[in-house]
Amino acid sequence: MQKELNKEQIISILQKYSPTKDNILKCLHELQDAHPQNYISKVILEETAKHFKLTKGQIFGIVSYYSMFSLKPRGRYLVRLCKSPVCNMLGAKSVTEYFDSKFNLKPGETTTDGMFTLELAECLGRCGKGPSMMINREVVTELDSKKIDEIINTKK
Amino acid sequence: MYNSFPKISLQRFGKINPQSIEDYSANGGFVGLKKALSLSPESIIDSIEKSGLKGRGGAGFPVGLKQKYTSGSSAENNIRFVVCNADEGEPGTFKDRMIMETDPFLLIEGMIISAYTIQATKGFVYIRGEYYASIENIKNAIKICYEKGFLGQNICGSGYSFELDIALGAGSYLCGEELTLLESLEGKRGYPRIKPPFPAEKGLWGLPTLVNNVETFSHIPFIVEKGHEEYSKIGTEGSKGTKLFCVSGNVTNTGVYELPMGITLKELIFDIAGGMKEGFEFKGALLGGAAGTFIDSSFLDVPLAYETLKEKGATLGSGAVIIIDDKTNLKEMMISILSFFKHESCGKCVPCRIGTTLLYERIKKPQLNENDFLWMQTQASYMVKNSLCPLGQSPDLPIKTVVKFFKNDL
Repeated sequence: MQKELNKEQIISILQKYSPTKDNILKCLHELQDAHPQNYISKVILEETAKHFKLTKGQIFGIVSYYSMFSLKPRGRYLVRLCKSPVCNMLGAKSVTEYFDSKFNLKPGETTTDGMFTLELAECLGRCGKGPSMMINREVVTELDSKKIDEIINTKK
Repeated sequence: MYNSFPKISLQRFGKINPQSIEDYSANGGFVGLKKALSLSPESIIDSIEKSGLKGRGGAGFPVGLKQKYTSGSSAENNIRFVVCNADEGEPGTFKDRMIMETDPFLLIEGMIISAYTIQATKGFVYIRGEYYASIENIKNAIKICYEKGFLGQNICGSGYSFELDIALGAGSYLCGEELTLLESLEGKRGYPRIKPPFPAEKGLWGLPTLVNNVETFSHIPFIVEKGHEEYSKIGTEGSKGTKLFCVSGNVTNTGVYELPMGITLKELIFDIAGGMKEGFEFKGALLGGAAGTFIDSSFLDVPLAYETLKEKGATLGSGAVIIIDDKTNLKEMMISILSFFKHESCGKCVPCRIGTTLLYERIKKPQLNENDFLWMQTQASYMVKNSLCPLGQSPDLPIKTVVKFFKNDL
C-alpha cells in the first residue's frame, strides 16, 4: 500500500487550481483527502506554498488553524465523534467510552494497524438524531454499540 | 397540521430530485429569477425591504437594508461580491444543510437574484467542510446552472453576467461569523476583523460584499415571484415570513420544521413534533444553540419571533430549539457549551482567550454557589465588552439564563 503522496501527484492536484487565494482551503482539502495517511505532509506544505506563492510558514499557519487539517499522519478511516451539547445530552460520552473499551482507541489516537483514527468534533449538524459520528465522508446517526460494530466491521 | 402552514425554504422538500434542474423548473423553480431579470435592481431591493425579511443566520438584520447599503457603497471598478454563509456550525442547528441537500437550486436562484440587485459579478457559497453531501449537491447544481445559462455570461439572455463558485470551510466555528468567513475565504487563518467597516462597505478583498445565510437567500425567489405583500402576510408584526426550526432533544419527532414566525413553543413541540418521548418530561429549552438562551416552561406560550422573545430576554438565534427534559444533566450541558467556546476561541482577543478557559474551569467545580454565579456572569459581561467578534460575546447569554432558570441544577 502506498504510504506517501509523491511530489508528482501533489503537483498534478495543485495544477487543477488557479493560484488565487480563495482556492487555498479547497486545495488543501483535496490534497489531504488524496494522501493515504489523511494528513498534510511536509511535501504538501512545500508544494502548496510554491503554487500559491506564499511561504511555507504561511501555509503552516493556515493548516494549523483549521481543525479538519492534520499535520500528523492519521488512519485510513477518520472517525469523528460529535461532542456538541446535543449529542452529549443524548449519550455521546458513552460512545467515546465504547471506542476505548472495545477498540482500545482514545480521542486523538490511531489504531496500531493504521486503519482508524478517532477524533472528537464539534457539532456535525445531525442533532435531530444524536449521538452521531462521521467515518470519512459517511454519517452515522443514533449511535449504539451495535451500529458502531457494524460500521467498523465493514471497513476492516 | 404541519402541512397546512405555508412553505418557502422547504416547499420542494422530498418532492423533487435535488440533482435535477428539470424537476426544479417543473416545480416553480426560476420563476422568481426570470421575473427579477425583467425588473430594475432598485425595485427588487425595495420589495425585499418592504417584505420585512430579516437575516436568518442569527442576528436578524433587515435584508433589504443590507442590500441597499451594499449596492450603494462605492466600489473600485464596480466589483461587488455575494457570499452565502453556509458554514452552519451552531450546535443544535441543521437547517441550512436541509436546504442544500434537498433543494440546492433554490439557494442558487436566491443568490443570482440578490447578485443582480447589487450588480455583483462574482459569488461564493462558503460551505463547512464536513457537509460533504451539501458540497456535492451545490457543486453539481452550479455546474448544471452554467450549462443551462443560469450562471455565467448573459444569464437567460438578460445581458447580466454572474459567476458562482463554492468555497470550503475546514472546521472552524468562528468562520460562521461573516467577517471571519471572508478572512477564511481569502485563504487565511480565521481571525475576526474589526468592525466597522461592515462587509457591505469593505468585504471580500476590501470590496462591497453581500453576505447572507442559506435560509435567507432561499426566501428571495418567493418575495420576487409572489410580491412582498404576499410574503409579509406570513409571520408576526416584527418578524415576517417563515422560519426553519431545528428541534432536537428527547422529542418524539425531532427534525427541521418550517413554520410561520410567531408559532409558540407549545405548538411546535406538542402539536407538530409529537411531544416528548415516553419517559421524558418537558423542562425547558435552549433556544438559538450554544450561544443562545435557556428558557423554562413559562415560555411555552410565547410566540417564537424576534421581537416577542427579545422582550422576554431570550433569542431565536439560528432557529435551534434544543429541548431539555427532566433527565437532562444541565451541569454536563453547560460544561459541554463552555468547553466548546474554549475550543473555538481563536485567541486573538485576550478577554475571550482567557475568559473562555476561566469559565470552563469554573463551571466544572462541584456545587457552584452564588459567588460563582456572580463571578461567571461578571466575567462573561467583560468579554462582551472587550471581544471583537460574537464568539467572545457568546457565553454571556447561556450563562445568565441558565443561572436565572436552572441554577439549582448546577
